[in-house]
Amino acid sequence: MGITLDNISKSYNGIKALENISFEVNDGELFGLIGPDGAGKTTVFRILTTLLIADEGNANVAGLDVVADYKTIRQSVGYMPGKFSLYQDLTVEENLKFFATIFGTTIAENYDLIKEIYVQIEPFKTRRAGKLSGGMKQKLALCCALIHKPKILFLDEPTTGVDPVSRKEFWEMLKRLQQKGITILVSTPYMDEAALCDRIALIQNGKILQIDTPDAIVKQYPKTIFCVNANNKYQLIEALKTYGHQHSVYPFGEFVHYTDQRNIFDVEDLKAFLKSQNLSKITIEQVQPTIEDTFMELAR
Amino acid sequence: MFGDFTAVNAITFDVKQGEIFGFLGANGAGKTTAMKMLIGILRPTHGHALVAGFDVYKQPESIKRNIGYMSQKFALYNDLTVTENVAFFGGIYGLSKALIKTKTKMLLDELGLENVANTLVGSLPLGWKQKLAFSVALLHEPKIVFLDEPTGGVDPITRRQFWEMIYKSANQGTTIFVTTHYMDEAEYCDRISIMVNGKIEALDTPEMLKRQFNVATINEVFLKLARG
Repeated sequence: MGITLDNISKSYNGIKALENISFEVNDGELFGLIGPDGAGKTTVFRILTTLLIADEGNANVAGLDVVADYKTIRQSVGYMPGKFSLYQDLTVEENLKFFATIFGTTIAENYDLIKEIYVQIEPFKTRRAGKLSGGMKQKLALCCALIHKPKILFLDEPTTGVDPVSRKEFWEMLKRLQQKGITILVSTPYMDEAALCDRIALIQNGKILQIDTPDAIVKQYPKTIFCVNANNKYQLIEALKTYGHQHSVYPFGEFVHYTDQRNIFDVEDLKAFLKSQNLSKITIEQVQPTIEDTFMELAR
Repeated sequence: MFGDFTAVNAITFDVKQGEIFGFLGANGAGKTTAMKMLIGILRPTHGHALVAGFDVYKQPESIKRNIGYMSQKFALYNDLTVTENVAFFGGIYGLSKALIKTKTKMLLDELGLENVANTLVGSLPLGWKQKLAFSVALLHEPKIVFLDEPTGGVDPITRRQFWEMIYKSANQGTTIFVTTHYMDEAEYCDRISIMVNGKIEALDTPEMLKRQFNVATINEVFLKLARG
């Protein structure tokens, strides 16, 4: 059960979108595909939901082959594409009823599964889907993807362009769906969401950079990260880039994350250098790496 | 004052010249509406607002000429090449052919896009497109540039390169007005405002806001405020 990809490759007009992608999603797992726009995430989703045929390799979804058994797979998975794909001219309720009907079920039969999400958009059930706000569209799309009680749920960038509060609520919802026994494959460009998955695959330019639990991925970060701050961030970044021993310099929220080429280096030496570059209020502290640090290190 | 603007309505704030001002809020809080008023394409019903010294009621056309704008959804024409896009937008803003030529060369060089100068913009990676779009928005040397979620979906390295371009531009005196859903980017701003249901509920430097709410990150400030 779950999902298996075995050496999947796919090209568009000679450009490799996916190159020998292999990974497994266990039954009941919440698995994240983490990577930026253009990494190949959507291609993975389209292959697994039987909408696209891979050039090479095999893939199984819920124990079924994506090519031979495509019709059965379509009955047993839910798919929320990255682009809003419901009928804009149908109302909220009509869309939901439509999806229930084509899957041979009714809203009433699986209402328990969507109830918690649907009650939030129910006050607008007579509104046309095209007239909903972004957050409400996202909730309706999730309801429509769930209404036939799928074994596996595919969510392609469900939180892109969504504000942090709605993103948090959405992930809490995913956790509860997982507890109901649904296997979830979700993609996101937000690295902070990676920590909420059981396991993640970091993907860039059609290749998997790493697959593991979020904790294990962070532990494999090869360098020591120093969190640097000073009175002027722009000058600080420019100065760090001219230090001569820098391995990486990345602005990170309030601070700049700095790594050094040398295994052992003297923080005081860096501090003195920054002072010589007319910076003041300099602080340098060691910090733990995040998924985003790891991703950038692997993507270099 | 050039490069400064004042917006007063249900919302009131000033943005100083050369400042990076982060305009945050939940989906539907009113950010897009406020931005549309500021760039001269929507008239406010009440109140008073000046952008780059021009009145949003009486001088929307002057505003449009004096600002730069890019959004995540639309910034460049996908069916035109990189060079064609630069020439097109340069032309719209009334730059001479000679100046467009010089600027194109500078821009391609700075962004390292010489090899794709004659490639259709639609086939470029999103991160490249967004960096190009930002440079194009700055072509006519506007006093203020409005950036509506410029980095959504962009990879983490390119996102940072984009912010370094923002820093550089602000350092040269351009006022930056930016919206984002990445809360780490909010921390890069000189000041931020957080809009909730059409009102500005917080406005200060990231440091002061964190102190005020007694939390470690802007994300936590946002989570505390955004649902009222």
